[in-house]
Amino acid sequence: MSKCKTSPEVGGMGHSVKRKEDARFIRGQGTYVDDVVRPGMVYMDIVRSPYAHAKIKSINTEKALAHPGVAAVITGETLKEYNLHMMPTLMSDTQMVLPIDKVCYQSQEVAAVIGTDRYSVADGIELVEVEYEPLPVVVDPFKATDSDAPIIRDDKEGQESNHIWHWEEGDKAATEEIFNNSDVVVKERIYIPRIHVASIETCGCVSEFDKATGQLTVWMTTQAPHAIRTVLALVAGHVGLQEDKIRVISPDIGGGFGGKVPVYPGYVIAIAASVVTGLPVKWIEDRRENLQADSFARDYHMDCEIAADKDGTLNGLRIKTLADNGYADAAANPSKYPAGMFSICTGSYDFKNAFVEVDGVYTNKPPGGVAYRCSFRVTEAVHAIERMVDMVADEIMMDAAELRMKNFIPKDAFPYHSPTGWEYDSGDYHAALQLAMDNIGYDELLKEQKEKRERGEFMGIGICSFTEVVGAGPSKDFDILGIKMFDSSEIRIHPTGKAIARFGTKSQGQGHETTYAQIIAEELGIPFTDVSVEEGDTDTAPYGLGTYASRSTPTAGAAAAMACRKIKAKAKKIAAHLLETSEEDLEWEVGKFSVKGVPDKAVTIQDIAFAAYTNHPQGLEAGLEATHYYDPPNLTFPFGSYIAVVDIDSGTGEVKVRRFMAVDDCGNIINPMIVEGQIHGGLTQGLAPALYEEISYDDEGNITGGSFMEYLVPTAVETPHWETDKTITPSPHHPIGAKGVGESPTVGAPPAIVNAVVDALSHLGVKHIDIPITPEKVWRAIHKNEVA
Amino acid sequence: MIPGAFDYHSPKTLDEAINLLNDLGEDAKILAGGHSLLPMMKWRLAEPAHLVDISRLSDLDYIKEENGFLCLGAMVTESGLENSELIAEKYPILKDTSEVIADPLVRNLASIGGNIAHGDPANDHPATMLALNAIVVVCGPNGSKREINIDEFFLGPLWTALGENEILTEIKIPMPKQQSGGCYIKLERKVGDYAIAASAVTLDFENGKCSSSGIALTNVGPTPVRAKDAQDVLIGTDVSNEVIEQASNLAAEASQPVGDHRGSEEYKRGVVKTLTGRAILKAKNRAMGGN
Ligand SMILES: Cc1cc2nc3c(=O)[nH]c(=O)nc-3n(C[C@H](O)[C@H](O)[C@H](O)COP(=O)(O)OP(=O)(O)OC[C@H]3O[C@@H](n4cnc5c(N)ncnc54)[C@H](O)[C@@H]3O)c2cc1C
Repeated sequence: MSKCKTSPEVGGMGHSVKRKEDARFIRGQGTYVDDVVRPGMVYMDIVRSPYAHAKIKSINTEKALAHPGVAAVITGETLKEYNLHMMPTLMSDTQMVLPIDKVCYQSQEVAAVIGTDRYSVADGIELVEVEYEPLPVVVDPFKATDSDAPIIRDDKEGQESNHIWHWEEGDKAATEEIFNNSDVVVKERIYIPRIHVASIETCGCVSEFDKATGQLTVWMTTQAPHAIRTVLALVAGHVGLQEDKIRVISPDIGGGFGGKVPVYPGYVIAIAASVVTGLPVKWIEDRRENLQADSFARDYHMDCEIAADKDGTLNGLRIKTLADNGYADAAANPSKYPAGMFSICTGSYDFKNAFVEVDGVYTNKPPGGVAYRCSFRVTEAVHAIERMVDMVADEIMMDAAELRMKNFIPKDAFPYHSPTGWEYDSGDYHAALQLAMDNIGYDELLKEQKEKRERGEFMGIGICSFTEVVGAGPSKDFDILGIKMFDSSEIRIHPTGKAIARFGTKSQGQGHETTYAQIIAEELGIPFTDVSVEEGDTDTAPYGLGTYASRSTPTAGAAAAMACRKIKAKAKKIAAHLLETSEEDLEWEVGKFSVKGVPDKAVTIQDIAFAAYTNHPQGLEAGLEATHYYDPPNLTFPFGSYIAVVDIDSGTGEVKVRRFMAVDDCGNIINPMIVEGQIHGGLTQGLAPALYEEISYDDEGNITGGSFMEYLVPTAVETPHWETDKTITPSPHHPIGAKGVGESPTVGAPPAIVNAVVDALSHLGVKHIDIPITPEKVWRAIHKNEVA
Repeated sequence: MIPGAFDYHSPKTLDEAINLLNDLGEDAKILAGGHSLLPMMKWRLAEPAHLVDISRLSDLDYIKEENGFLCLGAMVTESGLENSELIAEKYPILKDTSEVIADPLVRNLASIGGNIAHGDPANDHPATMLALNAIVVVCGPNGSKREINIDEFFLGPLWTALGENEILTEIKIPMPKQQSGGCYIKLERKVGDYAIAASAVTLDFENGKCSSSGIALTNVGPTPVRAKDAQDVLIGTDVSNEVIEQASNLAAEASQPVGDHRGSEEYKRGVVKTLTGRAILKAKNRAMGGN
């Protein structure tokens, strides 16, 4: 979209208007869950397991109960009385809320202490005495299915090993045929370790049950309040909590990134505690609990192979993956996709065929994994393909950019049918990479690198040309626990021409209060400042599946446009009535209907809104409002090309990202400033796992990166200056041509950085380095000749 | 991350503080900036029953030169050091050290006395103080006062020569000679982190030859480590690149790292070598009047 249709005052699409929500955020006046205080509120803290796998022999609560301020201790036995000790995961697996006889991962919830203040419950958990008998642990997922491995889920009938599921996509035989007939085959095992979203706000809730009315209100850190309410009704319907009696409120959220999609045991315990006591119960995790027990992301071991011709033509792709799910499959994927959208792994390239398989296993680690700023395993897929393409380039000694250009799906091939079954909506991959190369001065960089290498200095250039798949999704394929993945918008125009719009999604920093208002401004010509946007309260907002996987603009944003079009259709009838003409004689121009050829004879949307309540035509309902549930016909496929330039300190192994050029294409843009902000944040969250973050375990299953001392979230100091640019290829099927952007940079940044580091070391024989690329890994490559 | 219960005392004078420590015994802990102690209490690794807050004793907050020594009061904060003109001009190694500790918020509260008294080999000032041959001044009950040579101060991880009822009041650093320079270089995984390893170097020159040197290392042993052989090899030389290489290798040999999240033993030794080489070169340049 080159020009804005609306004026800056109206602030429709393409205007970089300031974010409406920031007025309260920058004053520190947001309302987060921990800001909620209810009369008579009590507090909860959680006793957690020091062992990764152990029998619980006894739990003695005597001393805790004797501590001043402690009111109750809840154990698995307490919950069992209400049949609430187990709960379903979003993947139709099961998970303990509190254990009865054994714990299956370190930091697992063991008991909860309820008391009058935050301090006495913190003392109380120290006083609960739990006697454990350690059991053998399964830490290495490759050993999980050994015949002598202990069965972790012996509570599940018929579960005779730690294998959970097998999933595959593509044509195995045809792919094998391609591998047999290609000149070049490159292989690598690529590991993407466990990482954590580490949002600024940890998880928590305030649960308030009114014994008189039977009404439960839960203020909760959730990205999907409606789905959570339904899950609660399904889990606790038998104790009288019907869906109409449950109100879930997701107030301001301090970052979600996928980590606030699942239901964690702490929520359920707090709810049970308030139902039993009739008191409001507050539970807020501390940082260590958040890092150690909440859902992780990634943890994919990928055996990747590409078959190519000597001239660089990519023919076939094969990936066999082992997915470490921890103690339960608590991922947050659509039901039919246990490995998410991992089969997008053919990426931006026109492969003849591909075959992908993934096996999920249980281990003694916290359950997961969530789609951390990533549309369900796309980060893993992009990492695999973008690393492998570089390995092919290295093998046949071809420039990495040239190899990509040669194999990109051409822009006239869209809609493109991928060998793993996706229909890509639109793209122009050549243009994006060319723009990134021109912006950064690719040829000069190659020259500089050559000179530096001769002087013994280490500099690398890395490219990533990713294709994302977002906006889940079409109801024929996408559901969570059976609920279809549509999303919704309900818009009401008030008599004075102002509006309120409500959505089934929930912003956690994305700026929905601004961007949804801009979509409505674009469609109806009502200034975005006249549109209030509300989300997150199940009593008021229309049903929707929530915000994650870059789905808000593709689904709820589309719903807003469609609802506006319903409103506009009615507005036209009212305009015809006011202008005493027929609808056919009217034409729409931003914010008003006028009589064709007589531009002076016009009524504004505000005039029409007033008339809808004061002077509506006979035979037409009064009022001006509409609701739309948008079921997308397809997913959207944002893409981009990133180029990273790194310098390496050979004495210490430190990697410095000197430059990073990100060219993104997310289709039509609603607010360029917000898009750029999303890209900056996402790139930083891509830098993080590339160089710093990892949650690892020792042989006993003890977490070794469970605080911010060891879990290295990069700061502004580590973050390079991001250079950004864009191409615009609208989605042909989306009502406003938008595609979604929040996740592209997180998905695209890691391989660009890794490719740059490997490039810097390639003359030493280095082919691959697993993330995070610590200074030690680099130092070893240089000084110890340790190359993968 | 909520500490256990404790009583809080805010003495008005040094004597009052020492008396409190004396009376309360091993259940009491001094609270200075609180940025080592409070994290340990929040993780319940330390559960003192009493905190004796010395952060309001303003007569422990001074930076002055006296009788041939730079004297630092125990309550001088890291940002106090960082922003002192005297330090920037004559003791750049101290500025180097303060600047790489934690972040500005921590540095506004963290005290030089606490940094040393804590006895944490991961802290940055201990190695610098070894390289500077500092003297630790300690006050105890009944007006007693003693001076401890820095080489005798650090006894093990979180263990120093301080008695339970003693307070570290001052650090004395011999004033630099005519031609001398010092430098502290630290490698961290990200800003604000404790060191993977760090190297503190001081050099004095007379007639173009190195007359004395101090080299000490952070976080590569149970205490800060003085690299004595590395120091010695520089003496009497013009500190050429070859000698620097030798000294760096000796420093790496002197280090006693253990493998952990920050790196393997082998890597840390490699880092000590790199950093020591760079620190010697920089100290030499500074001694010669450069930056
Ligand atoms: C996030 C973070 C990062 C950090 N990073 C670094 C780093 O990179 N490098 C580094 O060197 N430090 C680092 N620190 C530690 C920081 O510098 C500490 O504040 C400092 O080590 C201790 O000083 P304090 O004044 O805070 O002492 P406190 O925490 O108040 O006391 C520490 C200990 O020393 C005792 N004590 C304090 N003062 C005296 C005294 N005058 N006499 C006798 N005993 C005393 C106390 O009883 C206590 O046992 C970091 C701290 C934080 C929170």
